[in-house]
Amino acid sequence: MESVFGLVGKDFAIVVADSSAVHSILVHKTNEDKIMILDSHKLMGASGETGDRAQFTEYVQKNVALYQFRNGIPLTTAATANFTRGELATALRKNPYMVNIILAGYDKDVGPSLYFIDYIASLHKVDKAAFGYGSYFALSMMDRHYRRDMTVEEAIKLVDNIISEIRSRLVVAPPNFLIKIVDKDGAREYAWRESVKDAPAPVVAA
Amino acid sequence: MQTISFVFLFISSFSQSQFLQTQALSLSISLSLVNMSRRYDSRTTIFSPEGRLYQVEYAMEAIGNAGSAIGILAKDGVVLVGEKKVISKLLETSTSVEKMYKIDDHVACAVAGIMSDANILVNTARLQAQRYSFAYQEPMPLEQLVQSLCDTKQGYTQYGGLRPFGVSFLFAGWDKNYGFQLYMSDPSGNFSGWKAAAIGANNQAAQSILKQDYKDDITREEAAQLAIKVLSKTMDSTSLNSEKLELAEIFLAAGTVKFQMCPSDKLNKMLVKSGLTQPSADA
Repeated sequence: MESVFGLVGKDFAIVVADSSAVHSILVHKTNEDKIMILDSHKLMGASGETGDRAQFTEYVQKNVALYQFRNGIPLTTAATANFTRGELATALRKNPYMVNIILAGYDKDVGPSLYFIDYIASLHKVDKAAFGYGSYFALSMMDRHYRRDMTVEEAIKLVDNIISEIRSRLVVAPPNFLIKIVDKDGAREYAWRESVKDAPAPVVAA
Repeated sequence: MQTISFVFLFISSFSQSQFLQTQALSLSISLSLVNMSRRYDSRTTIFSPEGRLYQVEYAMEAIGNAGSAIGILAKDGVVLVGEKKVISKLLETSTSVEKMYKIDDHVACAVAGIMSDANILVNTARLQAQRYSFAYQEPMPLEQLVQSLCDTKQGYTQYGGLRPFGVSFLFAGWDKNYGFQLYMSDPSGNFSGWKAAAIGANNQAAQSILKQDYKDDITREEAAQLAIKVLSKTMDSTSLNSEKLELAEIFLAAGTVKFQMCPSDKLNKMLVKSGLTQPSADA
């Protein structure tokens, strides 16, 4: 079961997602990237139906890019969140996207922000959020240890504690996680947390 | 064949003979195309041999006969002034506004041209502004609103067989990207941002006076005075009073954008101060 969670720090926001791509009992890969970089200062971590996840996050990413090309200014994180929610809401009563989203962004005037958007188009601006079975552990850990205005080091320590809780307590726990961060310098990959590496391809003797 | 005979009757009823020849020319071209047009009458949306769009130009002619409007961008706001054409003691002035319309909380516009066309476009602009804020939960940036409306206007110059709108707009407002802005748009769907602009009757004359007298760091109050002065020079009437004008200001108050129509007594005071009106006996 997929886990995605995120939190807001002093002047940054972090989104963490597991990286297993699963189909029934088969693990396709353990290094799947589920956190889409929407533009220079926005991250969208998503969990849910695999096809819908890829399709919908790419759709939002391309619309964010189109807006910037057309209008010369980037969308704010809040506008992106509301646009995303609107698309989910429009599709909901006909052909719903089964995707849960944690949107993180950094705006110069507002600072870092985090948005919780679930598959039935609820939208909440939050300091911390989590989806999936891992959310039981992530939210409990964050309720206990999260403080506002944490530094990156403190936040990563909390993230690592959450990941080890998920690994130890969830029955079919995903082994690997990907951490991405967004701050005034932009959105980027922060680190991988791997407990199982893909077996390297055997080198054929020449 | 029925449509062609109707057209001949329509053309011959034109009283302005100087246009007749050019219109006949465009008509002869459209006759060869009429079999291709089928359901849609393509007469209004075709090029002339010289590469002009006559209907768009005629629309701008219509606006040249309408009441003028002037917009001036100040450093602390935008001022819009309009000349009222419909003046009558019987007009219910408290409820009817002729030239100024509020599009959204942060955008307003002044119109010049055919009023009924203007109503349709103002409604379209209001819809577009609300659609944006429904999707993004933010006020629509001014340039995007103008662009969107102008895209609508452009459609009427290219397809559908409908005539263009006979309206020019002055859009004024504030957004957090570029602060206070003023845009002018015409029936072709063209638009651009201005520091000071004039539309309607005598707009060329008004524009040249504005070019001379506009200063970059003008305040809202000075802009209002300048706008009234320019309008008084370009208006036909001999005397000005607050019944012939509408003045609106867009500014920021306590962080929110305000759109204020100037009440007639305040307007009269401004006119007296500029020396454009004799003070009334009971002033």
